[in-house]
Amino acid sequence: MRTLQARDVTLAYDRRTVVRDLSVALPAGKVTIIVGANACGKSTLLRGLARLLKPAGGSVLLDGKDIHAQSTRDVAKVLGLLPQTPVAPDGLTVAELVGRGRYPHQGWFRQWTARDEDAVNTAMAATDTLELAGRDVDELSGGQRQRAWIAMALAQETDILLLDEPTTFLDVTHQIEVLDLVTDLNRRRGTTVAIVLHDLNLAARYADHLIAMKAGSVVAQGTPAEVVTGALVAEVFGLESHVMPDPVSGTPMVIPVGRHHSQIERSTS
Amino acid sequence: MSAPAGALAGRAVASTPAVASMPRHRARHRRRLVCAALAGAVVVLFLINVLLGTYTVTIPDFVRLLAGERIPGASFIVMESKLPRAVVGTLIGIAFGIAGSIFQTMLRNPLASPDIIGISYGASASAVAAIVVFGATGLAVSASAMLGALGIALLIYLLSYRRSGRSGHSAAGARLVLVGIGFAAMMQALVSYLMTRTDIRTAQDALVWLNGSLNSSNWDRVLILAASLALLLPATALLARSLRGLEMGDDAAAGLGVRVAPSRLGLVVTAVLLAAVATAAAGPVAFVAFLSGPIARRLLRGAGSLAVSALVGAVIVLAADFTGANLFPLYLTDGTSLPVGVVTGALGAPFLLWLLVTANRVGRGG
Repeated sequence: MRTLQARDVTLAYDRRTVVRDLSVALPAGKVTIIVGANACGKSTLLRGLARLLKPAGGSVLLDGKDIHAQSTRDVAKVLGLLPQTPVAPDGLTVAELVGRGRYPHQGWFRQWTARDEDAVNTAMAATDTLELAGRDVDELSGGQRQRAWIAMALAQETDILLLDEPTTFLDVTHQIEVLDLVTDLNRRRGTTVAIVLHDLNLAARYADHLIAMKAGSVVAQGTPAEVVTGALVAEVFGLESHVMPDPVSGTPMVIPVGRHHSQIERSTS
Repeated sequence: MSAPAGALAGRAVASTPAVASMPRHRARHRRRLVCAALAGAVVVLFLINVLLGTYTVTIPDFVRLLAGERIPGASFIVMESKLPRAVVGTLIGIAFGIAGSIFQTMLRNPLASPDIIGISYGASASAVAAIVVFGATGLAVSASAMLGALGIALLIYLLSYRRSGRSGHSAAGARLVLVGIGFAAMMQALVSYLMTRTDIRTAQDALVWLNGSLNSSNWDRVLILAASLALLLPATALLARSLRGLEMGDDAAAGLGVRVAPSRLGLVVTAVLLAAVATAAAGPVAFVAFLSGPIARRLLRGAGSLAVSALVGAVIVLAADFTGANLFPLYLTDGTSLPVGVVTGALGAPFLLWLLVTANRVGRGG
């Protein structure tokens, strides 16, 4: 089983440090979801784990070895990435987009093979994008487009998959659809998944392992039941809330309080 | 690769075996067809340029000339003028076509071609300065144009370069285009200034060069161009693969295992050199670099291809040169032949407008 972890990692853009001395390990074969307020460094951490950002200090280890010391193409066979709001080039069809996922498996001389075809077909079947194969990516609806991009990441056939806010700009139906799809992938193939997500309730429902971040550091991590408490939500998001069991999944559900609309006594905090 | 591959695709897709591969096969088939058709068009236009026009050569005579036989009159006109002219036209078309397409694809912006973002203008300003200030002629002008193109490209790159921020695929492309347009304006001003400061005959020499013209093509130019392309075309072929990754955006490309920074630098250098050698050989033939990529995309219904862009570039230059040198004098301009750059410019400007208008309407900036 492949492992990915950050050890005492410091991540910075130019001179602005966003994440400092942070250590996390993604549990192998599990779905890890990273949550936190805007600008807490969660996407930066994911970019660091995906080797898009070279650490200013510490290291990211893939299978125990420094990820930046390994060939980026070899890494791409093991570690897939769905960037935040990716944009496909003009006129690219869905089939071509998914085909690009085979990039790290191809070379100057090794062209398209039956193995590639197989991977693409399987990825498109899993994401229900086969009937979109001939359509232009930029003609698709938001949900269809995101499924096509996930299909591309699946065609890459990696043991680890990182997704940066895959549900942004999607309506609630498509948010659930995307997260269900990722869960299928995890359950069927044992893929280790890490997702940066805004929605705390969906995070609590879909995560095996939840990481809560604030100001570039990990505040708490563990199962959603351990992590998601009123105190934690107050600390991480600065929001007063009630936490109760999600009637569907039994995972913790956060009900924000806010200044208006309250029918119950405000808790004394 | 064909149907059996789809059939192998596994249980999950047993009911729709080859559906996903169909568009890919269709696209590949289309690319082959388009390539063959364009290659045929290049050959035909090349022969038209050499054989027809104000001086007509028969095909048997042409074959005899190629075999080394001397035919009074025809020998000089064909071997020293028409043939090198057609070869230079073909080669600069290929070079401009690839250079423009690399920039447009990598920066995901059809405006990002070297003739819009100031690289050609850098070459012009430098060449005009050499003509006007130093009285340079011939190869010295070409060398100066080349240096100008490289210098401006370096300045644009340095000024628009910024360490990638959190947005990854970022505004780097848009910034480069804007910086380039700024430089283009400055270089144009410099050219205008130089033109007003010189006497009319020097200005006329400079103007011919500025228009982009194949008139002074000779075998020396062919040799320099061919030698440069012999290095740059293999480099392009090697880099084409990473270009297919980079056009997905920097983050997605990195995720797919593309070494983003070195690949991009290699592509920029190759594209700038291609534009520079072509400009040095024939002047800034307007809009060829700009037009080739988008036309190739339309022909392929979407996905671009450097090979197709190269062929489109050659077709444009050969067609425009024949039109300017033979058709215009015959029907429109009473015997005055027009430099190739005037024709491509007249063609390119409306295309630019059309591109801007449709880009806004469909909502695809680039």
